[in-house]
Amino acid sequence: MEVILDFERPIVELEGRIAETKRLAEQTGLDISDSLSALEERLERLKHDIYQNLSPWQRVQLARHPSRPYSLDYIHAICEDFIELHGDRCAGDDKAIVGGIGRIGVHTAILIGQQKGRDTKSRQYRNFGMPNPEGYRKALRLMKLAERLRKPVITFIDTPGAYPGTHAEEFGQAEAIARNLYEMAQLRVPILVFIIGEGASGGALGIGVGDKIYMLENTWYSVISPESCASILWRSWEYKEKAAEALHLSATDNLKLGTIDEILPEPLGGAHKNPTAVFRLVREKILQDLPPLLSIAPEELVPLRLEKYSKMGRWREKTASP
Amino acid sequence: MTWYLRKEEGIRTSPTEKIGAPDGLWVKCPSCSKPLHIKELMQSQYVCPHCSYHFPIGSKEYFRFLFENGEHTVLFEEIEPIDALGFVDSKPYPQRLAEAQKKTGLSEAVRCAVGPIGSHTVAVAVMDFGFIGGSMGSVVGERIARTIRYAAEHTLPLLIISRSGGARMMEGSLSLVQMAKTAAWLAQYAKTGLPYISVLTDPTMGGVTASFAMLGDINIAEPKALIGFAGPRVIREATGKDLPPGFQEAEFQLDHGFVDLIVDRRELKNTLLRLWDMLCSR
Ligand SMILES: [Zn+2]
Repeated sequence: MEVILDFERPIVELEGRIAETKRLAEQTGLDISDSLSALEERLERLKHDIYQNLSPWQRVQLARHPSRPYSLDYIHAICEDFIELHGDRCAGDDKAIVGGIGRIGVHTAILIGQQKGRDTKSRQYRNFGMPNPEGYRKALRLMKLAERLRKPVITFIDTPGAYPGTHAEEFGQAEAIARNLYEMAQLRVPILVFIIGEGASGGALGIGVGDKIYMLENTWYSVISPESCASILWRSWEYKEKAAEALHLSATDNLKLGTIDEILPEPLGGAHKNPTAVFRLVREKILQDLPPLLSIAPEELVPLRLEKYSKMGRWREKTASP
Repeated sequence: MTWYLRKEEGIRTSPTEKIGAPDGLWVKCPSCSKPLHIKELMQSQYVCPHCSYHFPIGSKEYFRFLFENGEHTVLFEEIEPIDALGFVDSKPYPQRLAEAQKKTGLSEAVRCAVGPIGSHTVAVAVMDFGFIGGSMGSVVGERIARTIRYAAEHTLPLLIISRSGGARMMEGSLSLVQMAKTAAWLAQYAKTGLPYISVLTDPTMGGVTASFAMLGDINIAEPKALIGFAGPRVIREATGKDLPPGFQEAEFQLDHGFVDLIVDRRELKNTLLRLWDMLCSR
């Protein structure tokens, strides 16, 4: 069943009225094409009004929409062939991070992504897209494999955060994420990062360091989720909308802040309204941006990446007075 | 991410300020309740001589007992915080920064310096928990990145002493990417062949643990320091279980393989010197 978000209700109501009008016209045989086209025009306007003026919190809701395409949907849609690989060669195989080898046009790449589930069972199986250290270490193993085989890395970010569990702490969640940041900074092959849903804090960044960072239009990327931020700073989850605003977590905000490189537009109403169009766009982006990156020698690519991250952040630099 | 957590646990006091209070020549050890004279405490690197409780301290105190005669040159103080997001919660971020600066006398949550420790010249960064929970925003990330770079360019051993609740919320994703920036510079520093020693003190959490603090060539923890990614409260909420005693403490991290050594602060300088003597001899 299609999930309706609260702010989408006026659209659904109007769609209902249009359907009802059509049904009546069929039953009575009356010509209502004028009033119908007026209603349809109104619907288009309403959709634009609503979807093009989304508040930060509404974007968060869209980023979490249960019908949104997930990492494996992207991977299977954009690759002509894909073989999933498992395990960190150490402790296990985290189901919240998937990865493998895929072919996209003339390119073979290592693809890695955080994976959410669609029903109760698969959501639990995927741990709601919240990785454990095994997931980050599997991702790192695959990235090192990519480096050895001289293949680019493409990652898909969609996580509410690294899992805050006892096992995760025992197995070094912090170390696993830190190690990935360290290794990704030096990886001698291009890395493309697509934020396709939720980009929550260190859990997202753990597979999110790259040469090009893209954010889909209705996704969020920040240091903390709006709910957690609200519960800390406002002492209540009730203030999540305020926190979402304060955090500047939208794609437009992140582009302005210089933490991402590009925004990829979504169909009106979100990626799930027309997944095929979104897959096509992501694939085109990969095919367009990989060749120039692949032509850069590793000896130059790594310093460029370091320079990219060195610039990130905002501060004031007091010049010494004369 | 979680800089507030220890405050909520009700464990943390701000003893440096208490210690520094003009009328407070005597302090009570929060662990064994014995009265301690401030001079005695300073001579024991702020460790209780009776029960070995490690008073939480900041950059001033570490600089004083690590550098020879306290002699050092402070680096990168010219990098100052700004309110890039226009962040307002219970108070505007600029006000929060100004209050933290006034309260601590510091410009940000990390101080960086270069100076002599034993026969070595060392680049050092020490975090100050008193400044917005030692949280890492753009300035902490940038100062640490530049200290790493400075150490690499001057071929100096690198020491970072962490004490932080994690990344700073008031700078949103700008704080988050500091994790990547500092880790990237450490990866660059590794090429110098010099050691980076990370000292994790109580508490070191969130995005700080998950970046430079866990990436030491040698990770040293102070006894009983809380070290982890997620805070205890968050873990309890996620799992619905109480945490066993000692969970995420230094000894737990040693047993699970994430720190090399637990070193009493009174032995810290000596341990660092032994390591540098072996690793940095020409
Ligand atoms: Zn005591």
